[in-house]
Amino acid sequence: MSKLELDDLRTYYRMEEGWIEAADGVSLSLEANETLGLVGESGSGKSTVAKSIIRLLPDNGEIVDGSIRFDGEDITELSKRELRRRIRWKEISMIPQSAMNGFDPVYTVGEQIVQAIRTHESDVSKAEARERTKELFDDLGLDEERVDDYPHQFSGGMAQRAMIALALAVDPSVILADEPTTALDVVIQDRILGTIKEMQDELGTAMVLITHDMSVVSETCDTIAVMYGGRVVERADAETIIKRPKHPYTLGLRNAFPDITADSQELVSIPGSPPDLLEPGEGCRFAPRCPFAEDRCWEETPQPETHGDGHVVECHRADEAEYLRKEANRPETWRTDD
Amino acid sequence: MSRETQGIDSMASDDGATERIRALAVRTWRTFVDVFEGDRMGQIGLALLLIFALMGMFGPWITPHDPTEINRDDDGSALRLEAPSTDHYFGTTNMGRDVFSQVIVGARASLIVGTIAALIAVTIGTNIGLISAYYGGWTEDVLMRITDIAYALPFLPFVIVLVFLLGPSIWSIIIVIALLLWRSTARVVRSQVLSHKERPYVESARAVGASDLRIMYLHILPNVLPLAFLYAAFSVAWAVIAEANVSFLGFGDPTMISWGQMLFEAYTADAIRFAWWWVVPPGVSIMLLVMAAFFIGRTLERVTNPELRHAE
Repeated sequence: MSKLELDDLRTYYRMEEGWIEAADGVSLSLEANETLGLVGESGSGKSTVAKSIIRLLPDNGEIVDGSIRFDGEDITELSKRELRRRIRWKEISMIPQSAMNGFDPVYTVGEQIVQAIRTHESDVSKAEARERTKELFDDLGLDEERVDDYPHQFSGGMAQRAMIALALAVDPSVILADEPTTALDVVIQDRILGTIKEMQDELGTAMVLITHDMSVVSETCDTIAVMYGGRVVERADAETIIKRPKHPYTLGLRNAFPDITADSQELVSIPGSPPDLLEPGEGCRFAPRCPFAEDRCWEETPQPETHGDGHVVECHRADEAEYLRKEANRPETWRTDD
Repeated sequence: MSRETQGIDSMASDDGATERIRALAVRTWRTFVDVFEGDRMGQIGLALLLIFALMGMFGPWITPHDPTEINRDDDGSALRLEAPSTDHYFGTTNMGRDVFSQVIVGARASLIVGTIAALIAVTIGTNIGLISAYYGGWTEDVLMRITDIAYALPFLPFVIVLVFLLGPSIWSIIIVIALLLWRSTARVVRSQVLSHKERPYVESARAVGASDLRIMYLHILPNVLPLAFLYAAFSVAWAVIAEANVSFLGFGDPTMISWGQMLFEAYTADAIRFAWWWVVPPGVSIMLLVMAAFFIGRTLERVTNPELRHAE
């Protein structure tokens, strides 16, 4: 049984004009100690998926269909209160996007972590919680004395680490890391990801790493799911996604990142802009930007199909992957005429 | 309402919460001291307020004459409308009462009304602003429409009608003023909370599993509290003016001497045109007390708005 399993999750946002289909039929699974990378451009539904899992959706967001199984139990069925008491943080914690501002400015960082521990483990004394906070700080390479500092006395990298300490404070079995290193420079980013990885191995925690940075996922993740327009268009183990992707979007995404080992290389971006998810209707959502789109791509929504060992692709032309990959490597393919 | 109070109780019994509140109070006090240290006007305000507070507390014991006693000269006739003298520093009223003593005793009414009405108003306003902004939706609609209605109430007619209905006592004046004053605090706190509730720290508090009440009262409230203090200070000033207004119109508490009431008596005695010693002291007292509250409010504004602090 998987630790966390999303099956056909549909999370929509209610707007005056209709429904925004921000996550539309997302299926994912996560084993204990596994790291799943969730990649895709802004607005592809990555954060919506994470927020659906611990139900931190904005008021107009709604899980309209599908299930989220945590240890086999469908947590979409739980009441808000029960989810808050039993699942949030205790089992599934989150490292939010802007960790820098993730702490309340009026309390010290230590107070907030101690409070989080004691909210979920009522038998822990204050001194014990404080001790544990100090240990976490130590593990994350932060000076123990800093527990009594206020958030504004922390630098960006330190606040990010403190946020990770908060996320790990009650030994959750799953961590949702929503672009945890976006605002940080590469060196700090690398150290933080390294620390998370170490902690993960130590505690056996599973993690969903949300990012739009391909280099980050390729280094840290066991499996990768690529999202586009609210759907998971391709998922497989990290190596397959990096070396032998089948979906044209993944191919395009790969082109957009430089390979530092190669000689001079032209970066090729995918033309067009992300799709409008307001009731998009039938057809592949990537079709308007896809250089390989055929008539049926506009008419039928491709369904996820398994190609080989756990490699799931949503594309009508996935069988022609060899040819697509070759074509995709030529910059001309992505050039639009107009 | 019961749900809310219950929630506050359960938070208070949580020692983590009381600890945090204590730490917060210490911090607020330090900022308070810091800001007043560098501000002459704020210090003047505090000094004035202190003098008035002493007058209000010990008034009856420090007056040279009983403020209600009819003073008579040697042949037994009342000293009506006497100009200031060494015996009666501010002269006497048409009934022969000592104006100086009345001014001292009158501080109490203004202070009681000013502080209690402001406190009630700010408490109501802060809670309404906090709850409506945090929950949004129909809760916000209902509470904000009530606020709009409160805004639409014309001050004097409302006061006259309510004081008439409740009976002329200092408590009915306090209630009436509080009922009119909470509206501005509610609106300002609401807009501040609207901005705070979208901040990442609120989302992470929620992600950590904090309940709505905890987020509202332990995370958002401390962040908007300086603003509430600021409005409390200005509310005191407004409440003092309002009390003087009401008393001047003759709706004051007849058992209590207040500055507004003194002006009312001077007016009804037809002495307001010439007996300056009877009119100027209560008038200047009202002005000084209001000024003190405004000076303090102005200084508190620097706590809420760091930009003002760093400007110099």
